[in-house]
Amino acid sequence: MNHYETVFILNPVLSDVQVKETVKKFEDYLVSKGAEMIHKEDWGLKKMAYPIQNKKTGFYHLFEFKAAGEVVAPFELEFRRDDSIMRYLTVKLDKHAAAWAEKRKEKLKTAKK
Amino acid sequence: MSSIEQQAKGGSKADVRYLTPLDIDTQKKEKYCRFKKNGIKYIDYKDADFLLYLVNEQGKILPRRLTGTSLKYQRKVAQAIKRARHLALMPYVGDMLK
Repeated sequence: MNHYETVFILNPVLSDVQVKETVKKFEDYLVSKGAEMIHKEDWGLKKMAYPIQNKKTGFYHLFEFKAAGEVVAPFELEFRRDDSIMRYLTVKLDKHAAAWAEKRKEKLKTAKK
Repeated sequence: MSSIEQQAKGGSKADVRYLTPLDIDTQKKEKYCRFKKNGIKYIDYKDADFLLYLVNEQGKILPRRLTGTSLKYQRKVAQAIKRARHLALMPYVGDMLK
């Protein structure tokens, strides 16, 4: 079970309900494949450094999960099929990266308080 | 007139003065790898504002000779910046930081 982190950008024209639906769809897909969701983050509507598909902003979401190796490729295929996803990036986390992700979660929690 | 101009002008015709090397002292500041020093082990591609330190005005990655980072961390920095660019957290080319 490797440690992965996926960030993806959703089309800004979607309504809030559609955004939640799509995120739910991907999460369910992961869980159905036997992945273990560790952390989810929603950065909301963010301005992008350059326009993608002539859109200047996008809904950013982050998934941190543990999954077997062969789950990732079909998962990314799902991203390609869904046209409301403008861009995605899946990264394998090594021990330093995982430690950093842990620290970052603490920082976010303290910041939120 | 400052000494440099005087040297350059060379004074009157009689005493021809040879060009003496101008001694402008450039003290050498020791460069260090900020990642090794602060013990940073992982460079996160998500916090773009830290990565902006390692990029010049046009958004290009700064070379090691300017930042002084070691080869191991320069590769990590380059990969993080390329990932941030892919996710539109950082521009490929831009005139930010102006």
